[in-house]
Amino acid sequence: MAAPSIDALGQFGLTTGLGQLGRALHFTNSNEAMLAAAVVIVGIFALGLQARALVPGRMQSLVELLYEFVRNMCVDTIGEEGLRFFPLVFTIFAFILIGNLIGLFPYFFAFTSHIAVTLALALFVFVFSTGVGFYTHGFRFFKFFVPSGVPGWLLPLLVPIEIISYLSRPVSLSVRLFANMTAGHVMWEVFAGFMLLLTASLGVVGAFASVVPLGLNVALAALELLVAGLQAYVFAILTCLYLHDAVHMH
Amino acid sequence: MRRLSTAILLALAPSAAFADTMPQMDFQNPLTLDQVGWMAVILVVLYLLLSRWGLPQVGKVLESRAAVIAADLAAARQAKKEADDAVAALNATIAQARAVAQAEVAKAVNDAKAKAAAEAATLAAALEAKLEAAEAQIATARAAALAAIRPVAAEAANTILLKLTGAPPAEDQLAPRLDAALAARKVA
Repeated sequence: MAAPSIDALGQFGLTTGLGQLGRALHFTNSNEAMLAAAVVIVGIFALGLQARALVPGRMQSLVELLYEFVRNMCVDTIGEEGLRFFPLVFTIFAFILIGNLIGLFPYFFAFTSHIAVTLALALFVFVFSTGVGFYTHGFRFFKFFVPSGVPGWLLPLLVPIEIISYLSRPVSLSVRLFANMTAGHVMWEVFAGFMLLLTASLGVVGAFASVVPLGLNVALAALELLVAGLQAYVFAILTCLYLHDAVHMH
Repeated sequence: MRRLSTAILLALAPSAAFADTMPQMDFQNPLTLDQVGWMAVILVVLYLLLSRWGLPQVGKVLESRAAVIAADLAAARQAKKEADDAVAALNATIAQARAVAQAEVAKAVNDAKAKAAAEAATLAAALEAKLEAAEAQIATARAAALAAIRPVAAEAANTILLKLTGAPPAEDQLAPRLDAALAARKVA
């Protein structure tokens, strides 16, 4: 019997999904999870919008809660102009949140653990908010990199710092989400692998001892649930903050 | 770019030690970028569905609820105002009725007092008239009685003098004496 080894990274491997058609169209298993997330989101809306009751039921409450949460986030962070970006922020928030959550289920792919995915989302937010900035303010948007109320001789030092910090936004935005999701799933896999290793090497004693990594994984499940919600919230609120900067320039 | 992102990952992510074997870093695999293309398609469809259908519908539900609540509140305020007005009208009516009743009572009391005073005055006048009539009667009777005294006294004096003297007194001597005696007794 070959001793089991911990393959903590195999879970992130990309294959093609949806059978022959998916292979032909390069539709990956992570796209399957994205599709599932989108279907879950649309399904929540379809169910929540069935009754349209004055006193909402469970699904309607869920939809209204999500709606008002993101809407308030937009208005509080960006201002009244934020309502223009509300559908966009909502789509990103819901996509990441549901993607994080279904990634927690066994056999589901956590697509937010792929840097290509999170970087693409972050670059979109970065390019979009920069575009909004130039669209709103024209070339005066360059003033954003000149902090006001600073003595002139400091500007040659501060302007490059501002530009670098601005350009690093998509990196920090994408790496934060990617690293959180990857780390959580790797830890899960590692502790689960410990259980197999303990059982294989110590027999019955090892089977009992593997209660410890199991307990750790249970605790980790709660933590990952928190991280899944928190990282989606962080991504959405940072998107709002960048849009605020683009609209208000301060 | 790839080398840069790998370096950043090594610096930031604890799992970056696995960078060589990480499927996330395997940009040689065409699927790594293909998934981004499909994500764009899925996200565009999701965005269109949410922005055209889902979110406006939820907004409508919330708006209609807010409208119903506002209408109910307005109706409740209207009802309260009507109730307040009704109470005010009731209080005004009660005050008016009380004033009218008090005026009626005062008028009745005054009328009764006036009537009683008038009756008392009439009665007093009637009694006065009777008293005067009685006094007049008494005076007449007294005068008649007094008038009757002189002939009786004159006859008595005549008779007495006739018996004493045997002769009737002279009429002219008797009359002044009789008058003086009656005057002394204040009956003339």
